Amino acid sequence: MATGQDPELLRRLLRAKDRMDAASHEEWPVLRLARVSGVSEAHFARSFKDAFGVPPHRYLLTRRIERATAMLRDTDLPIIEIAFQTGWNSLGTFGRTFRDVTGETPRALRARAQAARQALEPVPGCIVAAAHRPDLTMAVSEKKRQDTDPNIDSTEREVP
Amino acid sequence: MSQGIGVVGVYVHDQEEALQFYVEKLGFRVHTDVKNGDYRWLTVQHPDQPSVQLGLFRPQAPVLDEATAQSARELVAKGAMPPLVLTVDDCRGAYDRMLAGGVEFTQEPIDRFGTVDAGFRDPSGNGWKMIQARRSK
Repeated sequence: MATGQDPELLRRLLRAKDRMDAASHEEWPVLRLARVSGVSEAHFARSFKDAFGVPPHRYLLTRRIERATAMLRDTDLPIIEIAFQTGWNSLGTFGRTFRDVTGETPRALRARAQAARQALEPVPGCIVAAAHRPDLTMAVSEKKRQDTDPNIDSTEREVP
Repeated sequence: MSQGIGVVGVYVHDQEEALQFYVEKLGFRVHTDVKNGDYRWLTVQHPDQPSVQLGLFRPQAPVLDEATAQSARELVAKGAMPPLVLTVDDCRGAYDRMLAGGVEFTQEPIDRFGTVDAGFRDPSGNGWKMIQARRSK
């Protein structure tokens, strides 16, 4: 849906969003973002929210949490190190914010993600792949049943 | 090859600006540039890939109604169009060259998945990934 914003302004706002994406661990006060976009500090936050649906600071927060989540899952770095690398100045603030946003502490998320990974490690790759193969037999029989019974609502039954 | 994709189009904010970018900064060549009144059919192609044209089209009336054209221009400027991928032999070399030429990079070259990739945007906001081709085995 068109917001009626000038495409040239939007292009400059995109530049600020790109810069946050490229360096979400850095500090991005409104003044700095406004300069990237070449708009006044007063207009930046409102224009950004109109364009991208969230205020700039919240957008930055989502990118930091996303990056921290990936690092918790994919690395063995200490949590405090992940907090610093993703832009927080204290472990306490990181932990609180992370829990507020995701509903889980960084430690709990890491434990869950790594357990899920380890559970599959002893299983040969081909078996893991097979386990994730779609259950075609059931789906086909279900489909057949639907074809013969018009009373079954397909939108309810067509579950992958 | 006689069958396959001939033209894939992207929307651009300004065709003249897009033409300069793709030809002068990326090294593409003009394939077709035909005007009919306000309308301009403009396609470029990569010098190594003569079978594929990249169309640089402006969302405009009367092809689109004015409100739809405005929406399309906004989407492009917000970077909401689908990703594009440019394959190169040497990502870091291309990055250095293009950066010096004033291309707006959104991501420096990163080693990833056994290759190197970077990201840039065209002046309109279309996002490109630039990925180094894997050495053929």
